[in-house]
Amino acid sequence: MLPRPFSIYRADSVTGELDLLIEIKGKGTGLLAKTGTGAALELLGPLGKGFPVPPAGSLLVAGGAGIAPLAFLAASADVPRTLLYCAQTASRLVCPHADLDFPGLSIIEATDDGSRGEMGTAADLLLNRIEGAEAVFACGPRPMLAAVKEICLQAGIKAWFSLEERMACGIGACLGCAVATTGGYKRVCRDGPVFSAEEVIFDE
Amino acid sequence: MNEPGLPMDINLAVNLCGIKLDNPILAASGPFGYGHEYRELGSFKDLGGIIVKGVSLEPWEGNPSPRVTEVSSGMLNAVGLQNPGLKDFLEYHLPSLREAGPRLLVNVVGCTVEEYAGVASGLAGVEGIDGLELNISCPNVKAGGMAFGTDPKATSLVVTAVRRETNLPLLVKLSPNVTDIGVIARAAEEAGADGISLINTLSGMLIDTGQKKPLLGNVFGGLSGPAIKPVALKMVWQAAEAVKIPILGMGGIVSADDALQFIMAGARAVAVGTGFFYEPGLPSRIIAGLIEYMKEEGIYTLSEIEGIARTLQEQGK
Repeated sequence: MLPRPFSIYRADSVTGELDLLIEIKGKGTGLLAKTGTGAALELLGPLGKGFPVPPAGSLLVAGGAGIAPLAFLAASADVPRTLLYCAQTASRLVCPHADLDFPGLSIIEATDDGSRGEMGTAADLLLNRIEGAEAVFACGPRPMLAAVKEICLQAGIKAWFSLEERMACGIGACLGCAVATTGGYKRVCRDGPVFSAEEVIFDE
Repeated sequence: MNEPGLPMDINLAVNLCGIKLDNPILAASGPFGYGHEYRELGSFKDLGGIIVKGVSLEPWEGNPSPRVTEVSSGMLNAVGLQNPGLKDFLEYHLPSLREAGPRLLVNVVGCTVEEYAGVASGLAGVEGIDGLELNISCPNVKAGGMAFGTDPKATSLVVTAVRRETNLPLLVKLSPNVTDIGVIARAAEEAGADGISLINTLSGMLIDTGQKKPLLGNVFGGLSGPAIKPVALKMVWQAAEAVKIPILGMGGIVSADDALQFIMAGARAVAVGTGFFYEPGLPSRIIAGLIEYMKEEGIYTLSEIEGIARTLQEQGK
């Protein structure tokens, strides 16, 4: 079975514990979800390049399971910063508030159907708050990231995206997880998963 | 020469078309890239040789994503032979590979006979390259690739042209997507190949029913991994029947028993590809298993069992 790529959700450097927030999507994640307490798993990592440290006034935009790396990023700073946590519907906002209780972090929730928080998409939410933002950090479905890219480019705000792609080796050898960028195909596993918004090409 | 720690008389070394390998386990071309990443994970330990990812005359961009997906007992890929081209390979990748230790074979790709010959010519006389593997079997590039490996006349043309450019040991990597592998293997042998390498991936596809479109960006891809082992084994057996030159067997090898099966079907050496994704330290586990088997069976060199299953079958035993 091929290994599966996941973002780090939480890491405790004191206890050495690592938390992953995994969306059960297919067979691999299904099997992972069924492993019981105490099961031994193989893990290779950390791999690739992460986000830069967010400056004060940053907007963190999470779409659905894209919350995982952004929760980890939110924990890495204590400057004033805002998390826009978005999903299609309330049941997809799975991250408990207790996990996002960091000093200086404000949280705004939104759902496409208005079942929790504001009603609207991540792009709607961002558009109203982009003015005066220092930088944008985003992870979520590709259409969401494409919209976020447009908004940031127009507003002249620097943005970074953590991308997802199907992977095999995870270390940069097999070239399986290619993403189109202004500099040609790059490897999500090694050159990324974090890329600057302007280099990612979404309309393949 | 015995590796340290081996019982006195067990010797894993094999001679593959004039390339002296310390052991019969190679890294197959493709999954291993140019080795840099797997070297960091210690995968070079216990590798007899590395067949580097396909090198073309000019850089190739590769296919749009998605390029890979898992399937039952294997995976489907359509990377499309993305590579930085001959010049970059020689300048950037070769020097560090050369110092790494294992024997080095370069997988050669092209869209035309001239391109294949051009790469072979550019590699001729370069220090540190022990052999060439001519890739006439990649299902993921539209021009060339598999087209040369599915027609004996085309096979003969491209092997003849490359043979003219190189004195290096020349293996020809065959496609399983043919009616009779023996015909293609013989065409390669008659055109001057020193060895046959097989199999490349089996052509296939998947459809994403949610999106109602092919899952891979390239539509079609190549199936690899344990799923294809029985097919690969049969084709090694058939190729061994068809030619006298040595065979490098591959296709879904993930254990010492898999490797032994290929050797018993007629392979001189074997290569591991997709298996690296499951287990970066796979070569070491295979080598340990081979030694254990040889000890138990009282075998001193692998030549004692190369093709033995075929030989016994022929003798009606």
